[in-house]
Amino acid sequence: MSVLPALDLGLALLVVGVAAWTIAARNLFASVVGYVAYGLLLAIVWIRLYAPDIALTEAAVGSGVTGVLLVTAGKRLDAIKAAETGAPPGLALRIFVGALAVLVAGALAWVVVTLPTPAPSLAPAAAAAADGPGAGLGNPITAVLMSYRSFDTMLEKVVLILAVLGVWSVGPDKAWGTAPAPLRKAKAEGAMVFLAQLLAPAGALIGVHIFWVGADAPGGAFQGGALLAAMWMVAMMARLTEPPRIDSRILRLALIAGPAVFLVVGLAGLLLAGNFFAFPSAFAKPLILFIEAFMVLSIAVALPMLVAGPPDGSSEP
Amino acid sequence: MMAATPGGALLVLAVLLPVAGILVSFALGGRVAEKVTLALAPLGFALAWLIAMQVAATGAPIVYTIAGLPPPLGIALRADGVSAVMLLVAAVIVAAAAFYARAKFATPEGQGESRGALTFWLMLQAIWAALILIFLGGDLFNLYVALELLTFAAVPLVCIDGRPETLAAALRYLLFALFGSIIYLLGVALLYGAYGTLDIVLLAQRVAPTPVVWTAAALMTAGLIAKTALFPLHIWLPPAHANAPAAASAVLSGLVVKGSFFLALRLWFYVLPALPTAAPSAVLGTLGAFAAIVGSVLALRQARLKLLVAYSTVAQIGYLFLVFPLAAGGHAWSATGWSGGMMQVLAHAFAKAAMFLSAGLLAEALGHDQIAKFKGAARALPLTFLTLGLGGLSLTGLPPSGGFEAKWLMLRASIASGQWIWSLPILAGGLLAAGYVYRILAPALADGAVEIKAPPQRSREAIALGLAVIALALAFAPQSFFHFLEIGRPLAAGGAP
Amino acid sequence: MSPSILAGLVGAALVGLGLYGLILHPHPLRKLLAFNFIGSGVFLVFGIVARRGAAARFAFDPVPQAMVITGIVVAFAASALAVALILRLAAASGKVTLDPEAWSGPDDGGAK
Repeated sequence: MSVLPALDLGLALLVVGVAAWTIAARNLFASVVGYVAYGLLLAIVWIRLYAPDIALTEAAVGSGVTGVLLVTAGKRLDAIKAAETGAPPGLALRIFVGALAVLVAGALAWVVVTLPTPAPSLAPAAAAAADGPGAGLGNPITAVLMSYRSFDTMLEKVVLILAVLGVWSVGPDKAWGTAPAPLRKAKAEGAMVFLAQLLAPAGALIGVHIFWVGADAPGGAFQGGALLAAMWMVAMMARLTEPPRIDSRILRLALIAGPAVFLVVGLAGLLLAGNFFAFPSAFAKPLILFIEAFMVLSIAVALPMLVAGPPDGSSEP
Repeated sequence: MMAATPGGALLVLAVLLPVAGILVSFALGGRVAEKVTLALAPLGFALAWLIAMQVAATGAPIVYTIAGLPPPLGIALRADGVSAVMLLVAAVIVAAAAFYARAKFATPEGQGESRGALTFWLMLQAIWAALILIFLGGDLFNLYVALELLTFAAVPLVCIDGRPETLAAALRYLLFALFGSIIYLLGVALLYGAYGTLDIVLLAQRVAPTPVVWTAAALMTAGLIAKTALFPLHIWLPPAHANAPAAASAVLSGLVVKGSFFLALRLWFYVLPALPTAAPSAVLGTLGAFAAIVGSVLALRQARLKLLVAYSTVAQIGYLFLVFPLAAGGHAWSATGWSGGMMQVLAHAFAKAAMFLSAGLLAEALGHDQIAKFKGAARALPLTFLTLGLGGLSLTGLPPSGGFEAKWLMLRASIASGQWIWSLPILAGGLLAAGYVYRILAPALADGAVEIKAPPQRSREAIALGLAVIALALAFAPQSFFHFLEIGRPLAAGGAP
Repeated sequence: MSPSILAGLVGAALVGLGLYGLILHPHPLRKLLAFNFIGSGVFLVFGIVARRGAAARFAFDPVPQAMVITGIVVAFAASALAVALILRLAAASGKVTLDPEAWSGPDDGGAK
């Protein structure tokens, strides 16, 4: 066995081991920490699968932003000391569910290993169409997201908006319109503030860069937006800035900017290129970058608002 | 059928109209969300009507390829007979819920935005947008996005009231729904791995009964029945539907569960007609039969009207799944079973929406919805109880009603196909339904006096009654209506019911 | 064993583990973690489908990879909504159980 396969096997065992430990952990907070570590390991798996775009997304969102969300939730739950969670399941149920889980995993493993060869693929079609509607985009994933499956991408941003409103709607009536609670209760220490002042602008620049190169290299609107979101969250955790009021018109416009611009350009496609969501071939790349710029903005705002939670009115004077 | 057909642009507009409504409502907030919803209702109905006319005129599905890029690389939208009818049903029930809800969620002039109102109006539009996409989507991953839109729109409506038990109901609903969509997505991944496309028409040409396809079909079906609340995955539904505001309950029970059911139909009848369906149909039919019995028995035991009506939904969903054995294959009786199944979808949608809206009026007028304390209420609230009675008539399957028509067609299909076993749950469920409808009406018609806190508005009673009347009028659907439902159904043998 | 077969087995194991945790853990936050394991298992299946589809000048099929990116976003949004509901439930009632028995009791019939 050469080195790389051995490393792959070790990584696979580590991912499954950390996942199993997280499921089995007795302590809520320990399981949350296990989950964050798991997200980072998963990003490495994605690199090994030749999926740098997904690795970037997984590291930024699956591990990073989700990590902050879960750690914050774990802390807030500990503070509430809500202990009662209902009875633990009995042995018979555990055996039954365990058998079900093994059955599903086994069947899945079997069919995944025996998928037909040669594998069907849209890669040749995507390559042949590279001169077409996604013209000039060196990153095929960006071409798929923004051109061939633009309808999915636009609607997925609408899902984010529904999620933001869903999170807000959970708050108390009297707090409506106010700002969510700060991400950290305590005032940050000097070192944290210094780090944030240093990190945030640098990270923001990298985020814009990742978006900009995403047309041709790994990266794109989502990864860039997620990194900007993370930087805003760092600044909020250092208490350099606070979450905005949810009735702020600017906030709302920033949240809808991505899908709204996508929708308008998509409608205009009928006039400009003869079909809804079609791009005129001469302007395809600049138009896609134009839409993506607004999507970066929406994502960078939506993710931190999802983490910050519902308005609670506590930060009102 | 890859290229776009005339009228295809209507399909994109039908999806984008409520999506644009969501974006505008969210940005401007306050009263705008309500005004946008009410303005979109007639526009959406008009679009659905135009689509239905176009399908009827050509007698074939209408198709649009997004950006002019055909599948497998691009995404197609398609409208056939059943999609066009479902678009119309969704438009009518969403509009009814919207106008009914003004009494509770209208923002008076000069008053600021409120939590409940913004959530209600925006999520109502979102449910509508998601359903339209589900009825028109031609790509299994695009349909996954539609399912998620539906989840994110429906869950916040359950806990709009904010009490802890509504939050618990919403959370349980969310977890079931998320489980359902991720397991559905796993099946989608396997189908892509096997065939390199997710387009429904292309897949139907390629699928063969291999282990990969069976696994994918099992996973996707399991996910969809969790979202449809088919027995034994029904436990999330009653608390969720009973705790939402009445207008939301009407949409959740009448329409939202039909969304995932519609995808189960799409999967088995449109994507996988090449599979031998005897075994899976028998499993789904059996679960449906149990649901019809168990749901009805539980409905009989509820003390609260809204919970009773919600458990009745569990039972009526059971009938829907009898369509899998009764419409399988390309036999002459399959068309009868298909008509019966679709009639059940429509009759239940209208009858259940009417009953939830009435239950809401009742709870507001009496201050409670405890059935035991209804003595004499029918004399005080005659129109509301008339609506409950007419809706109950359709649920029970007595003529003349859409519910009767549905059960009659299903019974005929079960006899004609030699699967008489399915007539037992149909008949038993009908008897039990008569029992729970009687339980609502009997105390209300008895002598007694109830205290009316606030008499219900006539207009809101009229909206609920209108829906119940539609549920009855479905009994008079002409032959041509059933032919319309056949447009675009693969394996349609052309046999009329 | 090639990385993609290995990843497929990891994906299957994650789905199984997540299913077990989602059904059995009484705590909703633990259920949410389990749901995310199922989610990443599903995404890994897309990932190996993409890798197996390497063709033309691509080392992977871009279509399933694009779907994973969409899926990760949706899964995060779902987590955020679930966390908001869990925290509010805990704050409003002091308990975080989903056990229906804990919530049954006399009430006003939703007339509020």
